[in-house]
Amino acid sequence: MIARAVVVLLLAFMTLPTVVVVVASVNPTEMLAFPPSGFSLRWYEHALTYPQFRRAAVNSVIVTAASAALALPIGTAAALALVRHPLRLRGFWTAVLLSPLVVPGVAAGLGLLILAARLGLLANHAVLIAAHVILVLPFVIRSVMVSVANLDPMLERAAASLGARPWRVFRMVTLPLLRPGLFAALLFAIIVSVNEFVVSLFVSTRVTEILPVAMFTYVVNYTDPTMAAVSTLFIGATFVVVFAADRLLHLSRVFQIDTHR
Amino acid sequence: MNTTVVALEGVSKRYGAVQALDAVDLAVYEGEMLSLLGPSGCGKTTTLNVIAGFVEPEEGRVLLDGDDVTRQPAWRRGLGVVFQSYALFPHMSVADNVAFGLRERGVPRADVAARVREALTLVRLPEAGPLRPSQLSGGMQQRVALARALVIRPRVLLLDEPLAALDRKLREEMRAELKDIQREVGITTVFVTHDQHEALGLSDRVAVMNAGRIEQLGSPREVYEQPATRFVADFIGASTVLEGRVVDARTVVLAGGQRVEVHLPRVLSAGATVRLVVRPERVAVGGGAGGAANVLRARIASVMFLGDHSELRLDLDGGGRLLATVSGPALFQPGDAATISVPPDAFLEVPTTASL
Repeated sequence: MIARAVVVLLLAFMTLPTVVVVVASVNPTEMLAFPPSGFSLRWYEHALTYPQFRRAAVNSVIVTAASAALALPIGTAAALALVRHPLRLRGFWTAVLLSPLVVPGVAAGLGLLILAARLGLLANHAVLIAAHVILVLPFVIRSVMVSVANLDPMLERAAASLGARPWRVFRMVTLPLLRPGLFAALLFAIIVSVNEFVVSLFVSTRVTEILPVAMFTYVVNYTDPTMAAVSTLFIGATFVVVFAADRLLHLSRVFQIDTHR
Repeated sequence: MNTTVVALEGVSKRYGAVQALDAVDLAVYEGEMLSLLGPSGCGKTTTLNVIAGFVEPEEGRVLLDGDDVTRQPAWRRGLGVVFQSYALFPHMSVADNVAFGLRERGVPRADVAARVREALTLVRLPEAGPLRPSQLSGGMQQRVALARALVIRPRVLLLDEPLAALDRKLREEMRAELKDIQREVGITTVFVTHDQHEALGLSDRVAVMNAGRIEQLGSPREVYEQPATRFVADFIGASTVLEGRVVDARTVVLAGGQRVEVHLPRVLSAGATVRLVVRPERVAVGGGAGGAANVLRARIASVMFLGDHSELRLDLDGGGRLLATVSGPALFQPGDAATISVPPDAFLEVPTTASL
């Protein structure tokens, strides 16, 4: 009984901010208020037509897609090397590749900002994408490493003995069997990249900024419920992506149980 | 008549501080089944991996039909390998597993289907094609692995402890079946095992390995009846090693003081020390073996009933321990005194120097 009550309280505590934002987004007046004084979707209309949000949403898609597309192959190669090859200083390399997890975003952002300014790349998506690749890599590497560790090297030897060249072994055996790890890595990459704020704030301009940065800029200047509407849309979109990915992941898990006897 | 298919010449391989292979020479003949037998860590699997091309030796050469393939990657060698863990591709159907090697070779589609069917029929699984490996029992998976290796018509078939993961009854069935299939296909086969019964029962020749070296290479009867070293005598068949001193060409006084008559191929010089090996099934306990057998006095140290036979450990009066097997249950208790008889030709000699 008590346990159940604790769980309910915990769930309420964890979902409270979301609920407040969603409810506040339908307030008809020009103030962020809770509870709302009525029901209106005008702020949704405003959010969806506000040019800076539209531009930022497109930027988010570009940056997230590009960083995931880069981080996945790089992270997979790194995971294979870290698990499979008897590297000297393996611990050191692992630490370096996972370090973005512990370096404060402000520090990383500042470093990238200085570097980008020096190279004259500030008005470019490239810096933002590079930053996201760095931030996403630890998650990708971690996920793929688990799958690599579970992959029986004898399968690759078997394929080689049957006449498969190294890249064919990779294509026909290694890659398909890493699929669960790659799905998880992709999911992490999308979530981390889409929500990344601190580092992005440092290295983006008005033209390249992604949605979280645009939202921050808006809330600094305005106090109407548009922010709450954008947040709700953002939460909804993330939910859809995560749910879809989890369905895929779930399928692949079933597939994996099937494969491991 | 004995065409050499695979030859290893002075092959050495080191893993850190461990000398996995120490200048191994080996020739595998056309059509034979040769087993590499030894305890774990003796280098038998490394030998197989060197032949397969999975492991590159630091020294020595690997020859395949006379061509040096030492630096050739596994995928070029055209050898069939069956792994202890089966190593079937879990994300492919049985048919796709078997077809893998054919497709990698660019065999035409129609031929692939026919050859896959043929291979699965050979291993008595003609209906298994559409199934996933995980839907098959261990023994069936092993047969699929065999079909997958054989379908590419490899020059040599390499088997790495193929039966070790099966339970005992299935293992015995598969052993017989493996022998049938190998004979049917007539393929040159190298077989790694730590099980002496498998090695003796399946192979034309056995290479007994220890500490990265081949201790003895010979027919199953040779390695069993004339072990070249004490290690071979110990490893193949439970056996007892007794120390003794030569009295004359046919007489040895055992360390415990009892005198035995021996028939050894080598002429013994008086006063020399010899090591004699006795196989337990040659020792008769109680009732005499008749005729010229040596009669020795002993005490029963332990009795183990194993169903179709019993294993006795005997302490010879004056010292020395002998193993004996008797069929069925033994009529002795530990502590009983017993007379045992050992025929003179049951004593085999192993060199006193080569002791490991």
